[in-house]
Amino acid sequence: MNTSTDHLPGGKTAKLPSRRQQEARRRFLRSLLLATGILGTASLGFIPLPARSQARLRPPGALHEDELLSACIKCGQCLQVCPVQAIKLADLDDGFGIGVPYIEARQQACDFCCDVLQCVLACPTGALDHALNTKEQVRMGMARLTRPQACLAVQGQGCKGPAHGRLHRYPKVDRWNPVRITDHPYDLEVCDLCVRECPIEHAITLEPLATEQDDRRGIPVVQQACVGCGMCEMICPAEPAAIVVIPRQAQGNPA
Amino acid sequence: MSALFKSLLIMFGRDPVKPAPEQISPEAKRIYDHNRMQKVDSRALRADMQAAEKNHRWRNRRWIVVILINLLFVISYHFDVQLVEGALTASRVVGFHLADLNSAVQVTLAYKHIVINLVIGAVTVLILWWLAGGRSFCAWVCPYHLLAEWAEKLHLALVTRKIVTDHTFHRGLRTVLYVLFALLAVLMGYTVFEMISPVGILSRAITYGPSLALGWVVVLLLFEVFYSRRAWCRYICPIGMTYGLVSTVSPTRVVYHLEACHHEGQCRKVCLVPHVLDCVIKGRATDVKVPIGADCTRCGLCVDVCPTHSLRFKVKGLERLL
Repeated sequence: MNTSTDHLPGGKTAKLPSRRQQEARRRFLRSLLLATGILGTASLGFIPLPARSQARLRPPGALHEDELLSACIKCGQCLQVCPVQAIKLADLDDGFGIGVPYIEARQQACDFCCDVLQCVLACPTGALDHALNTKEQVRMGMARLTRPQACLAVQGQGCKGPAHGRLHRYPKVDRWNPVRITDHPYDLEVCDLCVRECPIEHAITLEPLATEQDDRRGIPVVQQACVGCGMCEMICPAEPAAIVVIPRQAQGNPA
Repeated sequence: MSALFKSLLIMFGRDPVKPAPEQISPEAKRIYDHNRMQKVDSRALRADMQAAEKNHRWRNRRWIVVILINLLFVISYHFDVQLVEGALTASRVVGFHLADLNSAVQVTLAYKHIVINLVIGAVTVLILWWLAGGRSFCAWVCPYHLLAEWAEKLHLALVTRKIVTDHTFHRGLRTVLYVLFALLAVLMGYTVFEMISPVGILSRAITYGPSLALGWVVVLLLFEVFYSRRAWCRYICPIGMTYGLVSTVSPTRVVYHLEACHHEGQCRKVCLVPHVLDCVIKGRATDVKVPIGADCTRCGLCVDVCPTHSLRFKVKGLERLL
């Protein structure tokens, strides 16, 4: 019933496909299209990677960028344990980096107030490397004074009132818990916030700009010990920040 | 063993085949013969069917479980009770590692390292879901499954009003995609599937707040409402396939009882994976009791809707234990 015959020139007869066969063929083509669509959409995730338009500052202990993206299981446990809520998860526009943690230092930097690298301990896959033991071993990036002309110290200016940023642990205020930065106003003759609040020893120093006694101008100089946590970028009172962290993968020489 | 193999093949996309007469057990034959003689009281059956259609016992239990489990993630994070930390891809339940099997496989294939915490988490999950029914993850935990169930209602309502038609795909598609996603992970070194996984996207959005990626979930749901019923769960999702492999040997399952069945097919209408219910068609059951195959999500919709209680949940060996 479903098959009909058709007479071809030359007296041959050919069977036209039955309705069932036609539907099977259509279904096969549809399936092929859907497979292409799904794989195509998934492959779109590759696009943001070579461009690296946004080099992300990754949490402490993050593996080299490519390894991080493959090893990270996108669960956000690192985010949950961070006492200053510095860690965010990337969205769809990061492609394959979706769900991978990053830090926006200007909004909220890691100031190592958890002492023991909680995010690294929380990571179930070692995408944040468990071999890391101390904050001094961290290499997230490197701070750089990108806008020296905006730096208050370079201008010889002080800093009065609250600094920039959300949460920071002041050991003198509370040894264990971070407090709101706005609750902790400063009154400095010459701004040295980036040096003062840096959680790593000898990572940044304020060098005098002039030899005269009454010239208070200074310049922050980033030293090799800098781990790239972004504390200086967050606290910098200049707008936008005079000092920023260059993420490791944007420096050209992956550590 | 061959039944197991068959149930796997059917999950991979093969169509179920009608058993030859000699494959049907004498007891089953006797029931078929006996039922042939019996006249069905069609009015009583219709009444039973209508009553069963209103029965949502298992569905309601399941919805509560899905919502509670996903809510636990939210509560743990926002109230800092630390019961269930993380997302459905990987989590820590009161300190113990749990890792979604599919995510763990993808990460291992992409990263090419054996991560001990991941192995511990994945094996724990494997044992838990082996006990609980394998693909029961889909029906009892997956947040996308719940949304898709609601989208399905809308789809079916539109189909009855002849506004849309359902387009089916070849079920082998899921198997092909499963292999391709595994290959992509190995070759590209990225967990490519996570980019489009609505389960990961939803789970993270539920705990950490909305994301752009939810747009993709909406696209999938619209596709299911207007074009193809339950397309993601039926033809695409590798997570379902991974848990389906666990299902194959799980002691928790739905069992079909031939004796009282009228073969009216209510169960197949509500089922996400009707190919596993092939045995309810007249002449297809090879024995008086047939355990439902690997692809079954243990959602219990068929158990609810069956007018003769011929489909029941059963945990193999539980009576012996009790």
